[in-house]
Amino acid sequence: MALADAAGPTSWGRYPPTAQRAIALAWGSDPLPPGSEPVLAHGMGRSYGDVCLNPDGPVLLTRGLRRFLSFDAATGVLRCEPGCTLGEVAALALPRGWFPPVVPGTQFVTVAGAVANDVHGKNHHRAGTFGRHVRALELVRSDGGRQVLGPGANAERFAATVGGLGLTGLITWVELQLARVPGPWMDVEAVPFTSLDGFAALADESDRTHAYTVAWVDGLASGAALGRGIFFRGNHAEAAGTLSPPRPRWNVPLDAPDALLSAPLLRLFNAVYRRWPRPGVHRQTLWKFLHPLDAVGGWNRLYGKRGLLQHQSVVPGKDAVHALLAAAAESGQGSFLTVLKTFADVPSPGLLSFPRPGWTLALDFPGRGEATLRLLERLDAIVLEHGGRVYPAKDARMSPATFRASFPEWKAFAAHVDPRFSSGFWRRVAHEA
Amino acid sequence: MAPRRVLILGATSAIAQAVARVYASEGARLALVARNRQYLEVVANDLKVRGASSLWTETADLLDLARHATLVDQAEQALGGLDVALVAHGVLPDQAEAVADVRVAEACWRTNFVSPAALLEAVAHRMEEVGTGTLAVLSSVAGERGMARNYVYGASKAALTAYASGLGQRLATKGVRVVTVKPGPVGTPMTAGRVSRTGLLADVDDVGRRIHRGLERGWAVIYAPAYWRLVMAVIRLLPTWLFNRTKT
Repeated sequence: MALADAAGPTSWGRYPPTAQRAIALAWGSDPLPPGSEPVLAHGMGRSYGDVCLNPDGPVLLTRGLRRFLSFDAATGVLRCEPGCTLGEVAALALPRGWFPPVVPGTQFVTVAGAVANDVHGKNHHRAGTFGRHVRALELVRSDGGRQVLGPGANAERFAATVGGLGLTGLITWVELQLARVPGPWMDVEAVPFTSLDGFAALADESDRTHAYTVAWVDGLASGAALGRGIFFRGNHAEAAGTLSPPRPRWNVPLDAPDALLSAPLLRLFNAVYRRWPRPGVHRQTLWKFLHPLDAVGGWNRLYGKRGLLQHQSVVPGKDAVHALLAAAAESGQGSFLTVLKTFADVPSPGLLSFPRPGWTLALDFPGRGEATLRLLERLDAIVLEHGGRVYPAKDARMSPATFRASFPEWKAFAAHVDPRFSSGFWRRVAHEA
Repeated sequence: MAPRRVLILGATSAIAQAVARVYASEGARLALVARNRQYLEVVANDLKVRGASSLWTETADLLDLARHATLVDQAEQALGGLDVALVAHGVLPDQAEAVADVRVAEACWRTNFVSPAALLEAVAHRMEEVGTGTLAVLSSVAGERGMARNYVYGASKAALTAYASGLGQRLATKGVRVVTVKPGPVGTPMTAGRVSRTGLLADVDDVGRRIHRGLERGWAVIYAPAYWRLVMAVIRLLPTWLFNRTKT
């Protein structure tokens, strides 16, 4: 059962803790709520940090806007309200042979959230980012104006809105081109590797043979073992069938104690997980392959009251990833879940789109106060030294300097920010010190 | 199986939409009545995309009791019969405002009790003639015991629950089933900014699926989510001296 916290909407990492006021939107045709305080759209709260929070004003809950406007089963063009989740889109489209062209690690994100963060998935090397598949969208500005944006209409504002972190106005509908799929099944394979060179070879080969690729890296390994992990690759299986999306199998009802993610238990988990995969190709549902963590509802609570800080960056390749993993290992703060994936050169229309060609590394750390923040600063420095960038959708603490170095386009973007829209993230990174 | 023929009165209510989404995905024929034409069209369009096999819509202010009988007739004709009817309109006024201004309270009682009760009777009349049908009404767990924080609203729902109970008994031998739906706090525009003291707001689609299941399986009372049955049983049993000391 999906339950919302009564303390107000939170971000997925639940860091920083924020007592957040909320206004629920009911109809896309309504004007914005009156007032002069800054506002920000908030969907499922699956971005990790403060791009979905607005401590100085209310957030506008978009989940009341979860209606479909049109769907053409012949062409796969879907128009829907901003609060529909990708899971809901899949449930509608899959029986008719279509699937969202790009899905992130969870199906519990809204369509507009996927636009605002220009999300990517395990198929980035083929499909690029979510924003590439947006045909049009409607944006409501605080001056009351409604604009229809797309690659060929108001293209500059469209570019600012894709990956625009919800700051250019309120998205009231999105029109998407879905992807043809044969059915709900995938043929998947898990291949262990012992080093980052092993990862590079597997990625090089698999990106050509597989639509979806991603790797899990043992975040506690150091020395010679650093960079070992498991490479997952999959293709849609040529098998029809109708299945309903699964509901979470387990739910985490309460905040876990800090001891749950202590070093010995993490070591045990990583050791077991490393030996888990069976050799060969297996058939799985696409939910299981694409959204493995969705099986555990509220898994972010495993990180306890102090929350979870993720660090995701994109860097040119092996050397930078090695340096990041080494810094994390040296700090003694284990990354519970470490994910590595290659990005290909598939340009996005988004001005602040995160992916660029290279390797992207995501590290999950339990919030442990100053020590964690210091480590993340160190990781930022390594990323910038290598000419990489840090992902706002996962961030709760990057400095203005890191943001500006990551996204030199930010000034051009700022011209499109609606004067009434803001977020905790934006006030932190964009305002002059 | 022939598609279900479902009439929803107050079709733009968030919970009504959630129930309608489930029926639509099963290919039901739907008749929708709501006050706002623009909102109703958006809802109808969504249900069409989800698979409703036919849609009939009518704009009406359900406070206009004189229109009820005609509306029910029109809907029944459009659907070619009536398997399920759901009376879903309602408001949640600010308790302090409703206590301070009796006109606010009266408007709440009209919308939450007078109008739905009259409408139930109008639908019941048709279903009784035909000798079949499921007639459901959205009441609330708030109607089970008046509480300081929402008793103006709670009283209207208590009256509605009593009305549905009596109607159900009257029609029990006539082939018509009356269902009282009692949602707990659900995350909808109605509850936004009014946070539940239990700390939890149910997702409206979970609630919609549960109501649909109850309607199709013949439950007389549907608590949604299910745990509210237990919670309310405990709250009803609290002795007054203890109840008055709890701030719920």
